[in-house]
Amino acid sequence: MKIDETFARLRQRRETALIPYVTGGYPTLDDSMEHLGVMASHGADLLEVGVPFSDPIADGPTIQHASETAIGQGVTLDGILTALGQVKIEQPIVLMSYLNPLLAYGRNRLFSAVQKARISGVIVPDLPVEEADDWRLAAQAADVSLIGLAAPTSTDERIRAIARQCSGFLYCVSLTGTTGMRADLAPELDGWLARIKRYTDLPLAVGFGISKPEHIRALYGKADGVIVGSRIIDAIRRGEDLAGLIETLKEATRSTTHVDLDANQRNR
Amino acid sequence: MPSTLPDTRGYFGSFGGRFVPETLIHALDELTAAYGEMKNDAGFKEALNIRLRDFVGRPTPLHSAPALTRHVGGARIFLKREDLCHTGAHKINNAVGQVLLAARMGKTRIIAETGAGQHGVATAAAAALEGMECIVYMGREDMDRQRANVLRMDLLGARVVPVDQGSRTLKDAINEAIRDWVTHVATTHYVIGSVVGPHPYPMMVRDFQSVIGREARTQMQEKAGRLPDVIVACVGGGSNAMGIYHAFLNDDVRLIGVEGGGLGLESGSHAATLCAGTPGVLHGAMSYLLQDGDGQVIGTHSVSAGLDYPGVGPEHAFLKDSDRVQYTCATDSEALDALRLLSRAEGIIPALESAHALAEAAKVARELGPDAIVLVNLSGRGDKDLDILAQQK
Repeated sequence: MKIDETFARLRQRRETALIPYVTGGYPTLDDSMEHLGVMASHGADLLEVGVPFSDPIADGPTIQHASETAIGQGVTLDGILTALGQVKIEQPIVLMSYLNPLLAYGRNRLFSAVQKARISGVIVPDLPVEEADDWRLAAQAADVSLIGLAAPTSTDERIRAIARQCSGFLYCVSLTGTTGMRADLAPELDGWLARIKRYTDLPLAVGFGISKPEHIRALYGKADGVIVGSRIIDAIRRGEDLAGLIETLKEATRSTTHVDLDANQRNR
Repeated sequence: MPSTLPDTRGYFGSFGGRFVPETLIHALDELTAAYGEMKNDAGFKEALNIRLRDFVGRPTPLHSAPALTRHVGGARIFLKREDLCHTGAHKINNAVGQVLLAARMGKTRIIAETGAGQHGVATAAAAALEGMECIVYMGREDMDRQRANVLRMDLLGARVVPVDQGSRTLKDAINEAIRDWVTHVATTHYVIGSVVGPHPYPMMVRDFQSVIGREARTQMQEKAGRLPDVIVACVGGGSNAMGIYHAFLNDDVRLIGVEGGGLGLESGSHAATLCAGTPGVLHGAMSYLLQDGDGQVIGTHSVSAGLDYPGVGPEHAFLKDSDRVQYTCATDSEALDALRLLSRAEGIIPALESAHALAEAAKVARELGPDAIVLVNLSGRGDKDLDILAQQK
């Protein structure tokens, strides 16, 4: 299924998209593929798969550890793409990778493999919009979304440029910092999301620090999707019940009487 | 050719640019603008020059090394004495400049990474001078190897944060400093210690270090009546090398960069990024890297902590590909021999980093013969390496 169709359908159902993240190859490649299947059948709307990298500068300790573990077992981008090509999942899958493994793989080879594996989008956290032209064109040619990231420090001008070049959804970094679980949402988040909405109609998915059902509920009607990464990796590390966790998080994406008012206001 | 580079997007040919999370782009834009303004500001230039003279101890001498020259038996060898800078290496030229810039930008917090500890000590000293808070990220393994520099930073009022991730050395200290910066970007300036990182760092660090080459150019004219035939400098990230090369890029002077050859290129245990690496993106810039076929950055080895880094500044990548600079490497044991030679011959104990340049300079001097002049950037002093030398006995 296409990313925009998924968001359109969820908008109709008045649900926020739940986008859980796993590091490909953590704790093993087979496990990570199995986890995707579990998450897909218990409420995930889209799935994000991270490619492990030796120097993940945007990630906090949880995902760093997952990345290191995967590399230690010899997991590669090629291995992940091959494995993803074999999983039977209806929901759109997006690939997250730092730039260098993609450069080593080769841009054309990457997008043909991505297309073959039926991956819907690619997120590159260290590829700013100024450097992205060639990548965007290659993604377009393969009918794959190159998903841009906007940060609270992005100027209005940059938000506009990022949104213009982006497709699928806009990844809104919730805070100034790295990925990882936080007790609370950043206090400026509502204002920041409102600011982005002035410049784009793309679905907005909020990531970094989203780890609790109350975070997801607080974003109801303000964001179209939530990306949960470190919380998932942590659950996998501890051997928690992943299906149960996804169900709990998904439940928080549905409207309640209280937040229905917000949703009505948004739809007016 | 050189003075117009990088272009406005931070490119030296196809190397450089900015490959960092979106969160940092605004800070890099601010820094580029502030630096562009300060560079031409008379007040800033005067404040910087006073610090370079009275705090750093510039100009550093150009030492004609007759005993070394005799011993090697070839070209006349001159040494640019960056080892005489305050805190013991050229690193302070850049640290003083960046911390002063950060203070003028209204930043209150300084962070830095360090490998051997030289850049950490220099930044801690510069931050103490300007009265700013300073945090230095250092790999746990480097902290163990460089106890004295950890103590120095502590005395200078900096907080040293151990890094236990990855290789627990310089590469991961940089990762951790970038993560800190992403988190505290509004109040914090990140003092990168070499000509690496996203634009404007490679340009800015080069500019702050280019005082080395400007002085050496004048001093060569004064002492020898002409420019040298060859300049040799060691290259880790490459800041002392860019510093001495920059004033000579348009001259008919052969430039040589010497990387950490470790146990030899064929051993795979080295830090010779330009000699043995391939292009890629690490720490915010496109440059040469030591990486495996999957784009994972690989571990390095050099007896010299300052050269023990899998990346290199993008301007060096450009100078390599355009054949303006010739890059080679010296092994651990060649560097150790050169360190002992200079100590005995001239009474100067060089840093192990600089000893790599000396090893190559001796080879070149022998080939060239007595009419030629070889200038070596003696980028630091060897006091910090005494523990390592003791272990080698």
